[in-house]
Amino acid sequence: MITFTINGKPVAVDVEAETPLLWVIRDEVGLTGTKFGCGIGLCGACTVHIDGRATRSCVTQVGAVEGRAVTTIEGLDPDGTHPVQVAWLDLQVPQCGYCQSGQIMQVVTLLKDFPNPTDQDIDSVMAGNLCRCVTYTRIRAAIKQIAAHQGSK
Amino acid sequence: MSNSLRRGYALLKRFLAGTLVFLGVAVVGFTAFAWRSAIAPVATPSVASFAPERVAQGEVLAAAGFCATCHTVKGGKPFAGGYAMTTGFGTIYSSNITPDVKTGIGTWSLAAFSRALREGVADDGSHLYPVFPYDHFTKLTDADIAALYAYVMTRPAVEYEPPANLLPFPLNMRALQAGWKLLFFRSGPLEGQPAHDAAWNRGAYLAEGLSHCGACHTPRNSLGAEDHSRAYSGAMLDGRPVPALTKANFSPVPWSQDELFSYLRTGTSSFHGRAGGPMAAVVRDGLSKLPDTDIRALAVYFADVGDTAARTGEMQAAVKRAQNAEILDLSQHDESARLYLTACASCHYNGGASSASNRPNLATLADVNSPDPTNLIRIVVFGHRADMPAFGSGLSNADIARILAYLRATRTTSGPWTDLEAKVAQIRSQPRP
Repeated sequence: MITFTINGKPVAVDVEAETPLLWVIRDEVGLTGTKFGCGIGLCGACTVHIDGRATRSCVTQVGAVEGRAVTTIEGLDPDGTHPVQVAWLDLQVPQCGYCQSGQIMQVVTLLKDFPNPTDQDIDSVMAGNLCRCVTYTRIRAAIKQIAAHQGSK
Repeated sequence: MSNSLRRGYALLKRFLAGTLVFLGVAVVGFTAFAWRSAIAPVATPSVASFAPERVAQGEVLAAAGFCATCHTVKGGKPFAGGYAMTTGFGTIYSSNITPDVKTGIGTWSLAAFSRALREGVADDGSHLYPVFPYDHFTKLTDADIAALYAYVMTRPAVEYEPPANLLPFPLNMRALQAGWKLLFFRSGPLEGQPAHDAAWNRGAYLAEGLSHCGACHTPRNSLGAEDHSRAYSGAMLDGRPVPALTKANFSPVPWSQDELFSYLRTGTSSFHGRAGGPMAAVVRDGLSKLPDTDIRALAVYFADVGDTAARTGEMQAAVKRAQNAEILDLSQHDESARLYLTACASCHYNGGASSASNRPNLATLADVNSPDPTNLIRIVVFGHRADMPAFGSGLSNADIARILAYLRATRTTSGPWTDLEAKVAQIRSQPRP
């Protein structure tokens, strides 16, 4: 039995410890907001938070999150009004939406570490989140809008 | 037979007889020298006979001394032994130190327990192998040994006979250890150093006596004894490099007292990454029970071992260099840079801002600056718990080698690693411990 919390709720799963966390989140717990893109940690669609840090859940074993706190896109904000989500809506960032859970989760960590990110910072930290619809320009604009808004608070 | 031949034979016989007598005397003499008396067995002390504070203190000491790490086998009962230690001399199995009367140390008095830690001798007078680091535990105070005794004697007794050691003749003759001790072992508690303050001395006591850091971090001679002239200058353990704790450590950023405290207390540090491999267990299961003052004492001691006070100037320059290395020129088509960017930069980028313990700066890690890429390869292939994903399934040997070569070239001023792809393939094929 592997026990941890997802979005604040304790869960216990009876699977092999090597099972990718992404499988457990989607199939065992039933939270399908986190997506499978490549399965090898190189596209970012599977990004969740582990103890508040953005992590690729497709290459993280569920055994490794024993006792840790996992946050998925569903748990980022109870009303879906996290500042990142608000900016995403404001600028109409998503196209097909498949990569966007991962993008949002990654941006939360980016802004925690770099509250006023430069283009260089955004290039590097967001490089692992791919978007086939090429919404990158809107993602960048949204990041800067959030940073400016939080800076002016 | 001629006279000269007869004389020759007579001389030979006298020489042989003399040699035999000499060998006989030597064997008898050595046996007498190696002999230790048995200490009378006692009735197992009751749990109630130990003061709770002493047991509690013993629990902290046993954690920081990692007793359970060696005296417990995976899936086995705590302290019941059976853990296999593969040394260059053979395989030795740890003993049962639960208070079981038949298979453990239930009949050991405090005097017997104390002699085992101070002199490496069991209750029956047999010598213990130095894979049990009595050369460190000899430095403990009487009070601490008594507390450890109180703790182990109040653990649940487990009837379990560990497997017999696999040592070739003559190493399986315990009496020979007396010779090893004569050459390499000096028993007795640690002497305080009045030239250093209380925190340093406390750190020295914990490091040298209890946590036996040198057992992994100090290289050993061909007979398996720590080479004290090269204390803490790094070693190899099960084919993996153990870093130096002196200024020979490969990280370009010296380990400050604060870095050491953060690393030993939380397992993370700003410039030196996370405690991985065997150090993860050291921090998580061992040192975690020590109070902050003791961790601070260890930090003071090892900051001195690493000569950090004299090296604070190096820190700023190294950090600046590391930050500059993060600046990417994406107009250049550099395949290695792009691969690093896609796979790694999202978590490891540290340009501009100062490093944080949760964004390990690859430029300042000892493993990137070491001539041996083994530890770095292992972490990329196998990951580290939930903090660093395993990229072994997603990246080929060639890709991993490319990323590591890129890091070596852009983040360090050292020469390139050789045969990286072959090394990655070799490490990937090894069974995961």
